[in-house]
Amino acid sequence: MSTENHGHTEEHAHGHDDAHAHGDGHAHSAHHELSFTQKYIFSMDHKVISRQFLITAVFMALVGMVMSSLFRLQLGWPGHKFWLIQTLLGDKWGKDGILDPNMYLALVTIHGTIMVFFLLTGGLSGTFSNLLIPYQVGARDMASGFLNMLSFWFFALSSLIMIGSLFVEDGPASSGWTVYPPLSALPQAIPGSGLGMTLWLLSITMFVISALLGGLNYIITVFNLRTKGMSMTRLPLTIWAFLVTAILGVLSFPVLVSAVVLLLMDRTFGTSFYLSDIYIGGQALEQSGGSPILYQHLFWFLGHPEVYIVLLPALGIASEVISTNSRKPIFGYRAMIGSILAIGFLSFIVWGHHMFITGMNPFLGSVFVFTTLLIAIPSAVKAFNYITTLWKGNIKFTPAMLFAIGLVSTFVTGGVTGIILADSALDIPVHDTYFVVGHFHIVMGLSAVLGMFAGVYHWFPKLFLRQMNKKLGYIHFWVTFVCAYGVFFPMHFLGLAGVPRRYYTNSAFPMFDNLVNINELISVFAIIGALAQFIFVFNFFYSMFRGPKSEQNPWHSNTLEWTTPMAHTHGNWPGALPEVYRWPYDYSKPGKAEDYVPQTVPLEAGEIDGGGH
Amino acid sequence: MITLLVYAAIVLLIVTVAQLVRVFELASDLKGGRSNEVTYRDHRNQGRMMFAFLIAFMSFFVWQIVEYKGYILPEAASVHGKEIDWLMWFNMGLITIVFVIVNILLFYFAYKYYSRPDSKAVFLAHNNRLEMVWTVVPAVVLAVIIVLGLRLWNTITSDASDKAIVIELYAKQFDWTARYSGKDNKLGHSNYKLIDGANAVGMDSLDPSGADDFVVHNELHIPVGKEVEFKIRSRDVIHSAFMPHFRIQMNAVPGMTTSMSMTPTITTEEMRKNKDVVRQVKEVNEIRASKGEDPYEFNFLLMCNKICGASHSNMQMTVVVDTQEQYDAWVAKQKPFFAKK
Repeated sequence: MSTENHGHTEEHAHGHDDAHAHGDGHAHSAHHELSFTQKYIFSMDHKVISRQFLITAVFMALVGMVMSSLFRLQLGWPGHKFWLIQTLLGDKWGKDGILDPNMYLALVTIHGTIMVFFLLTGGLSGTFSNLLIPYQVGARDMASGFLNMLSFWFFALSSLIMIGSLFVEDGPASSGWTVYPPLSALPQAIPGSGLGMTLWLLSITMFVISALLGGLNYIITVFNLRTKGMSMTRLPLTIWAFLVTAILGVLSFPVLVSAVVLLLMDRTFGTSFYLSDIYIGGQALEQSGGSPILYQHLFWFLGHPEVYIVLLPALGIASEVISTNSRKPIFGYRAMIGSILAIGFLSFIVWGHHMFITGMNPFLGSVFVFTTLLIAIPSAVKAFNYITTLWKGNIKFTPAMLFAIGLVSTFVTGGVTGIILADSALDIPVHDTYFVVGHFHIVMGLSAVLGMFAGVYHWFPKLFLRQMNKKLGYIHFWVTFVCAYGVFFPMHFLGLAGVPRRYYTNSAFPMFDNLVNINELISVFAIIGALAQFIFVFNFFYSMFRGPKSEQNPWHSNTLEWTTPMAHTHGNWPGALPEVYRWPYDYSKPGKAEDYVPQTVPLEAGEIDGGGH
Repeated sequence: MITLLVYAAIVLLIVTVAQLVRVFELASDLKGGRSNEVTYRDHRNQGRMMFAFLIAFMSFFVWQIVEYKGYILPEAASVHGKEIDWLMWFNMGLITIVFVIVNILLFYFAYKYYSRPDSKAVFLAHNNRLEMVWTVVPAVVLAVIIVLGLRLWNTITSDASDKAIVIELYAKQFDWTARYSGKDNKLGHSNYKLIDGANAVGMDSLDPSGADDFVVHNELHIPVGKEVEFKIRSRDVIHSAFMPHFRIQMNAVPGMTTSMSMTPTITTEEMRKNKDVVRQVKEVNEIRASKGEDPYEFNFLLMCNKICGASHSNMQMTVVVDTQEQYDAWVAKQKPFFAKK
C-alpha cells in the first residue's frame, strides 16, 4: 500500500463510499475535487456534519439562553422596566420594557423546546455521535453519508422553522414545551396556539425526521462498521451510550409524531382525538369523546425516553473524559454498560410518573412509582463508578475534566430529588412547582449541558485541529458551575413553599410576596451565568481560527480517534483501518512504560485484556 | 441611537478581548512556555478549587436550609397532609445523606488525587464486591421508600366515604367556581352545552338531584374535621386544583371528572395564629406597606397549577375552613341555584 496518498483532506470528500466503508485498507485512488458547496454545505463527511450540528446548536442555545434571561428579569423584578426587554421584543411584547404575559409563556415554551430538542438532542447527539462513532469504532464514515447529510439539513430546516415562528403576528407556541391540548389546540385559549403552534408542530416533525435518519445511521454504523478486533466489549462507553440513545430515539420519536399528527388534525380538521366537552369564547365546541390525557400518554412515551436521550450521551462523554484524565480505567466497565442498558430499558416504562395527578387510575400510578424508582439503582451504580474512577487516580485537570466532574455532581444532586417526585404521594404537593423545575434542570439540563461542554473541550482538537484556551475554559467552568447551582438549588425551596411554575409573576396575590428575594437571587445568578457563556462562545470561535495547533493525541488517550492524523482526512485513516487488540481503558496499566496503551497496541504474551493484569 | 452605540460597544469589547488573549499567548510563547498546556500548577490550583467549591457548596446548602426552613412545607392543614409531610421529611433525610456523602466523596477525591509530578494512578478496573454493595444497598433503601410511598398513596387515593361532603370545583379561564351538592349530598347532572351567562357550570334543571345544589364564586367554605370530596372539572383547557396547605393537587381536565378527598384539620382562624404564618404575614405586610398596598390577611388558597393561558398566574379562590357552626350558618345563607328568584 502506498503512502503517497496519505493525508487527504476534506477536499477529497465523498464519492467512493464503497471502498472506504468496508475498511479494507484500500488507498484512495480516484479523487475529484468537490465544490465548496459539496465540501462544507451539503457535505456527507461525518466530521463536517458534526461541526454543522455543533455550530447550529450553539446558535440555538444562545437564543434559548437569552430567552431565559428575559423571563428571569421578569421573575426577579416583576413590574420593573428593562431596556433589554423593550429592545429585543419591541412595543408589542415588551411595551415600556415590561414583558407581556403571553410573551412570557411563549419564552418559557420556546426556551424549553430549544434546550431539550435543539441543543441537547440534536446538538448533543448530532455533534458527538457523528464525530465519535466512525472515529471510535474505526470506520471510514457513517453507514450512509447521504442520510447523514439529510439528517443535518432536516435539523437545520426544523431550526429555521422554529426561529421563524418567533416572528409571526400572534407569537410562537406558548402552551409550555409539552404543548398539552386543549390549550395548544385552541387559538381562542391563547394567541400562541395559532400559526405559531402550527409552525411548532411542523418544526418538531422535521426534527423527528432528522433524529430518525441520524439514529438509524448511528445504530447501523455501530453494529456493522466496527473495525477488526473492535468487539462490542471493546467499545468505548461513549459509543455504548450513543448506541442506546439512538435506539431509544428510533423507538420513541415516532410516537411523538403520532401525537403531533393527531393534534394537527384536531386543530385543522375538527377531529376529537384530544378534545371533548369544551366551552370557550362564548360557544360550545362540537368536538366530543376525545381525551387530553391520550395526548399526555403519547407525549410522555417519547418524553421520558427523551430525558435519557439527552442524558446518556453526556454520561458516555463523562465516562471517557473522567477515565482519560484520571489516568485510570473506568471503574466497572461492564457494570457501566449494564446500567446504560438498564436505564434505556426502564426509560420506556416510566412515562406515567409525569401524570400522577392527571386523573389517571391511581393503581396505574403505583406501577409507575415502582418502575421509576428502579431507575435509581443503575443511576447509583453509575455515580459510584465515576467516583471510584477518581479514587487513587492521577487527575489531570483539563477544562473538559472539570465539566465532567461537575456533571457527576449535578447528576447526583438532581437525581436524588427525583426520588421525591417519583413517589406519587409526595408528588402531590410539589408537582408542577419550582421543585420540579429545580430537579429537572439540574439532573437533565445541567448534566447534559456540562457533558456537552466537556465533550467540546475534550474533542475540540478533533473538531477543529486546535486547542481551546485553557484559562478561559477554567473561568467558564467555575462561573457556569457556581451560577448553575445558584439558579436551580434555591428553586427546590420555592417549590416546597408551594410556588407554582410557569407563573408570570408570583405577586398577583400576596401569599408569596416575601419569597421575592429568592427569585432575585436566582435571577442574579442566571444573568451572570448567561454572560459567562459568552466567554465560551468567544473561546470557541477564537480558538477555531487562532487557537494553538493541537498535537495528535493531546490527552494521551487510548481510543481510535486519536490515531488519525491531525488533518480532516477523508476516510479518517489515510492507510489501512486500524486493528484493535484491547479495550479502551488501559490507563496506568502495571508494567507499561507509558500510562496509556492505545487500543491499536497488540496484547503482550500473557497479557489479559479488559482490566485484568 | 443608544441601541446602535451599545452594539458598537459590544463589538469593540469582543475585538479587545480577542487582541488581549492574543497578546497573552504571544508573550507566553516568547518566554518559551507552551502557554496552553495543562501543567502541574493547573492540576494543583483546580484541585484546590474543587475543595473550595465543596466547602462553599455545603455551606450554601446549610445556609439555604437555615434561611428557608420556616417557609418550606407550611403547616399541613389536612389529615393526609401530615402523613405526606412525615414521609417527605423521611425521604428528604435519606436523600440529603446521599447528596452530602456523594458530593463530599466526589469533590474530595478530585482534590486529593490531583496529578503531582511523580504521582501514578492505581490500576483498578473493577471490584465485584464493591459493586454489589452499591447495587444492593440502594435497592434495599428504595424498597423501603416504595413500600412506604405506595401505602400512603393508596390511603390518599382510596374512595372517599359516603359521608364526605361532595363539592364540585369547576375551572375555566381564569377563575374557579364551586358547586355544593346541597342537602342530598348529590351533584345534579351538568352538560357543557347548557352553559350560558348565568348557568356557568352548565347545570341541568331537569335533574332533581341538582335542585338543591348551590354555586359560589368567591370563597370556598369547608368545615373543619369533616371529609370533603372534590369533584374537579374544567370548561376549556386543563387546569389544576392546587391547595398547597392541604397537600391537595389534581388536574381539571375538560371532558372528564377527576376527584380528590381530604379532611381539613385546622380552621382559617387557627392557621392565622400559627407562628410561621404570623411571621410570613408580617414580612409580606412590610413589603406591601413599602409599596403602599393594603395589608394582607392569611387565607388558604386554591390556585391553578397547570399552564392555562395569559392569566394563569392569577387564578385563585380563597378557601375558608370554618368551625362546624360557622359552616352551618354559612350554608344556611346559600340559595339553591334553581331556587325561585
